[in-house]
Amino acid sequence: MIEIGLGHYLTLGAVIFFLGVIGIFLNRKNVIVILMSVELILLSVNINLISFSIFSGDLLGQIFTMLILTVAAAEAAIGLAIIVIFYRNRGSIRVEDIHEMKG
Amino acid sequence: MENINILLPEIILFSGICIVLMAGVFFNNSFNLVVKLSTLVLLSVVYSIISDWGSGPEIFLKSFISDKFSDYFKILILISSLFIFFSSDQFIKDNKLNKFEYHVVIMFSILGMFFMLSSNDLILFYLGLELQSLALYVLAAIDRDNTISSEAGIKYFVLSALSSGLLLYGCSLLYGFTGSTNFEEISISLTSQNTGAVFAMVFILVGLAFKVSAVPFHMWTPDVYQGAPTSITNFFAVVPKAVGLAVIIRFMDLPFKNILEEWQTIIIFISIASMILGSVAAIGQKNIKRLLAYSSISHMGYALAGVATGSTLGYTATIIYITIYVIMNLGTFGCLYLMKIDGKYTEKIEDLSGLSKQKPLYAFSFLILFFSLAGIPPLGGFFAKFFIFMSVIESKLYALAIIGLLTTVISAFYYLKIIKTIYFDDTTVKFDDIGNLSIKATILLSCLILSLFFIFPSFLTLFLEGLFT
Repeated sequence: MIEIGLGHYLTLGAVIFFLGVIGIFLNRKNVIVILMSVELILLSVNINLISFSIFSGDLLGQIFTMLILTVAAAEAAIGLAIIVIFYRNRGSIRVEDIHEMKG
Repeated sequence: MENINILLPEIILFSGICIVLMAGVFFNNSFNLVVKLSTLVLLSVVYSIISDWGSGPEIFLKSFISDKFSDYFKILILISSLFIFFSSDQFIKDNKLNKFEYHVVIMFSILGMFFMLSSNDLILFYLGLELQSLALYVLAAIDRDNTISSEAGIKYFVLSALSSGLLLYGCSLLYGFTGSTNFEEISISLTSQNTGAVFAMVFILVGLAFKVSAVPFHMWTPDVYQGAPTSITNFFAVVPKAVGLAVIIRFMDLPFKNILEEWQTIIIFISIASMILGSVAAIGQKNIKRLLAYSSISHMGYALAGVATGSTLGYTATIIYITIYVIMNLGTFGCLYLMKIDGKYTEKIEDLSGLSKQKPLYAFSFLILFFSLAGIPPLGGFFAKFFIFMSVIESKLYALAIIGLLTTVISAFYYLKIIKTIYFDDTTVKFDDIGNLSIKATILLSCLILSLFFIFPSFLTLFLEGLFT
């Protein structure tokens, strides 16, 4: 058996983080997917904070995590609201349709 | 018992917001009432800050700090928001944006900025930042029946959420590698040997550069400026930029103090890139709000050049720069509120042609403001750039100074092109007469400050000297 240490958790966090970032840039279909990618980024930060907190025996990281969870929920709510008004105006939430302004 | 008095401005602001919100909900057609009440709230916050200037030790486990630096920026954002409230009043009513939520959301974002400015701890900083950005997402999309405005909302939301994510990832690494979220403790354990923490610094810088729209992370600026209603663009151009720079200075001055060499290169790169892109990309623009977006990108480049020196002199120069930038933008956007043809507001630069024959005074205020934005002596914008370049040369960053001076010349081209359109082209359209006193007062005040700044240019310097102690 391998001993699972801090490095493994950090690697997991980094992988999820970069999946989120790549998801935002490579996604050509749906804005909702971008919203999910943003959530992935925030959750990867939570993994980081909790593992740091546990391995250093300091509670602050876990407090930070709880606050980030709250903020992530608020951010998702506002993001969905903006997507809804965009859908009402344009009748589509495809990423390709968000192109009215250029230059 | 902790000294809660230090928190008094935030407490007044928050309870004021709740009262204004209730008043807005319970009275019909409450827009005018809400405007008056929110002005009152902001004025009382100004009073509470001035009466308790730069006081006090850190409270709440050293996470909240109220020093002269944060007080100065709080006063700056409060006064500029008050001017934005006054001058945009008619624009808001003409465009049917007069819902009471408008001012409430703006005040929530100001509350978030207060916490960003006063934070001495990563957790409080992040919460303030999110309160500010969540309110700003809503503001960008506030004209909700307008396709462009909601598109601006989506773009701003996606990119800003991404940047918050990057910043937060940096915060988590910084916490892990230094073992604390307090700025002072981070500054002690953050040295060049601590590679993980230096890595974290890069992520935090990226997030902050996003907020001030510095170059590799400027993509949202032109679209959001163009899409959002002009009154919101005015707010976006002035207040979050000033706060973003203040926060960058706070980070560089406190937690990242010991790794100057690591972050200096990055800031110099960001600064040069912003100056070049801001001045080159603005040349072909036909929409004046888009042009101002690129102009603000290049102005952020100059302001960051002062930060790049890493010295108190440079930070002071940046604060002077951002103060004058705020004054110039308040005046310029005041002029945009007067661009009305047949009852509809216009944003096209070509509509300005021949303005000087039609309205000489209005054209002359454009002249002063754009000359000042271009940095032509003896206007205020020149002295702002002068202080920046002086501090840059004093720190022996000659390449930065030379590129900055060159881009000043390039950017003068597009400002002068608009002046040429206003003064030497033929009149094509007729602007409506807007008799709104508050817009004119804003423009007049801004032009007066900019043109009389040369009489005593060092008064801001003298005033700001005690900020870093």
